[in-house]
Amino acid sequence: MREVMTKSMARNIFYGGSLFFIIIFLGLSVHSHFYITGTSSNHAELTESVAAGKRVWEDKACINCHTILGEGAYFAPEVANVMTRWGVLDDPDAAFETLKGWMEAMPTGIEGRRQMPQFNLTDEEIRDLANFLIWTDKIDAQDWPPNDAG
Amino acid sequence: MKYQSQKVALAYFAVAMALFAIQVLGGLLAGWVYVSPNFLSELLPFNIIRMLHTNSLIVWLLLGFFGAAYFLIPEETEREIHSTKLAYLQLLILVVGTLGAVVTYVFDLFEGNFLLGKEGREFIEQPKWVKVGIVVAALIFLYNVSMTVLKGKKTAISNILLLGLWGLALLFLFSFYNPHNLSLDKQYWWYIVHLWVEGVWELIMASILAYLMLKLTGVDREVVEKWLYVIVAAALFSGILGTGQHYYWIGTPSYWQWIGSIFSSLEVIPFFAMMAFAFVMVWKGRRDHPNKAALLWSLGCATLAFFGAGVWGFLHTLHGVNYYTHGTQITAAHGHLAFFGAYVSLNLAIISYAMPILRNRDPYNQVLNMASFWLMSSGMAFMTFVLTFAGTIQTHLQRVNGDYFMDVQDQLELFYWMRFGSGVAVVIGALLFIYAVAVPRREIIEAGDASVPAE
Repeated sequence: MREVMTKSMARNIFYGGSLFFIIIFLGLSVHSHFYITGTSSNHAELTESVAAGKRVWEDKACINCHTILGEGAYFAPEVANVMTRWGVLDDPDAAFETLKGWMEAMPTGIEGRRQMPQFNLTDEEIRDLANFLIWTDKIDAQDWPPNDAG
Repeated sequence: MKYQSQKVALAYFAVAMALFAIQVLGGLLAGWVYVSPNFLSELLPFNIIRMLHTNSLIVWLLLGFFGAAYFLIPEETEREIHSTKLAYLQLLILVVGTLGAVVTYVFDLFEGNFLLGKEGREFIEQPKWVKVGIVVAALIFLYNVSMTVLKGKKTAISNILLLGLWGLALLFLFSFYNPHNLSLDKQYWWYIVHLWVEGVWELIMASILAYLMLKLTGVDREVVEKWLYVIVAAALFSGILGTGQHYYWIGTPSYWQWIGSIFSSLEVIPFFAMMAFAFVMVWKGRRDHPNKAALLWSLGCATLAFFGAGVWGFLHTLHGVNYYTHGTQITAAHGHLAFFGAYVSLNLAIISYAMPILRNRDPYNQVLNMASFWLMSSGMAFMTFVLTFAGTIQTHLQRVNGDYFMDVQDQLELFYWMRFGSGVAVVIGALLFIYAVAVPRREIIEAGDASVPAE
């Protein structure tokens, strides 16, 4: 390699090239940002309740068992499409009732089954969480997941 | 030890090793919950165990990087660290922050509190006050090392290392930005996670590896540093746009599917180059360095990083494949071997190299250390294989056939048992490593005498 390239050439390629790729990346990032807020997610429908639901999701560290849009732990089911799976995507009241029923039944205590903790959520928190999951379900994620199983 | 201030590294490595023990024990516990799901389910739920497992990993790797920097910067710049007092203060802040995070997680304190409660985004769950502490510690560190480098000799190794550590600290600032829009949240969350492990951490890794090669093989610095620039150039050229591999299914535009597929495939190149670099340097090197354990870990690091981060990353990075495998046990398999190969092994390599020097003892060949390498590496390789099989079955049953998650998981139990077994091997290996660097004061196996002919 000594003949082909000197150390200072290698250094200049590293700094120059990295800068080049950083600039392209930042340009695409800006475009993606506005694509998200303008096209793929219902940014206008992101209500107080959806935001509060996201906080519930974070405060309980749900992501360390579940995945959301495929990211998280792999211990418990995907939740980005759970409202579709439950067939309540277009009915917020039914979504609330179903989620409430689910949350109150936890933990099942069944021997040999993975256990979800009892989080003692208030009705308002459950409604927020349901709205957050409905909102998330409607993100245009390039048709992912492949099916309702998540 | 040429410079007294290098001693700071010893404290960093000691804390790192303690957290390493906690990390692998946490992992073992999580592996046990997979096969015995009712265990501790109400006292210490799985999500808390996993936070301990991942967070302690990240913190101990960072402590290892900081320690490595404090160890090698004086030798590279040929002067003492700017301030050892600041270095210890930085460590203190990180220790207090870590303990604070652990107590907050385990006892579920201050939930929902803006400043004191855990934040609940994967890997950056630390309460805000801990995050602030991390930033302050990083600033102290950067000030301290930058001052040392500015006043001393500038080498490519210290420049790249410093660049990586600056990038690490700056990217961490995105952990304070948490938009309500989940897609935006994810877009910028990857700025930390991806641009750390497949960006700036690779700079840190390549520079520490280059330092080790320089010391262990005695190859000319000009050669080593030219390789270093080529490797880090390959890492950033592929890694920056390789972020696109995480922008397939989160609400970002579809062009990321092509950009991500192409550039993340190219991410194999820097890992291959690091492996080639390490082996070529060892073959070309004329020095017969007595610290065989450090050499073993260095070569093991380069090799396992190539397989874990390179090959196993490529396995599921093409968007057509990732559509089906995204978020299955395939990801878990890749995550384990990539982190172990690239960053755990790297830290253990520099620790194996530095410990005899820091503790002022002979770098005897360290049989126990080398045994721990084989135990940990084979355990981790086996774990990767079984999780890959589990993930393949999961992908087919769940993503292709559409069977429900828990029905599929029930059918994977055998793999989770094998994963637990391999986890036991890793834990024993980790504890053996810690024992090997911390305790023995003499050679376990006496060196043979080559001048005596075999009988």
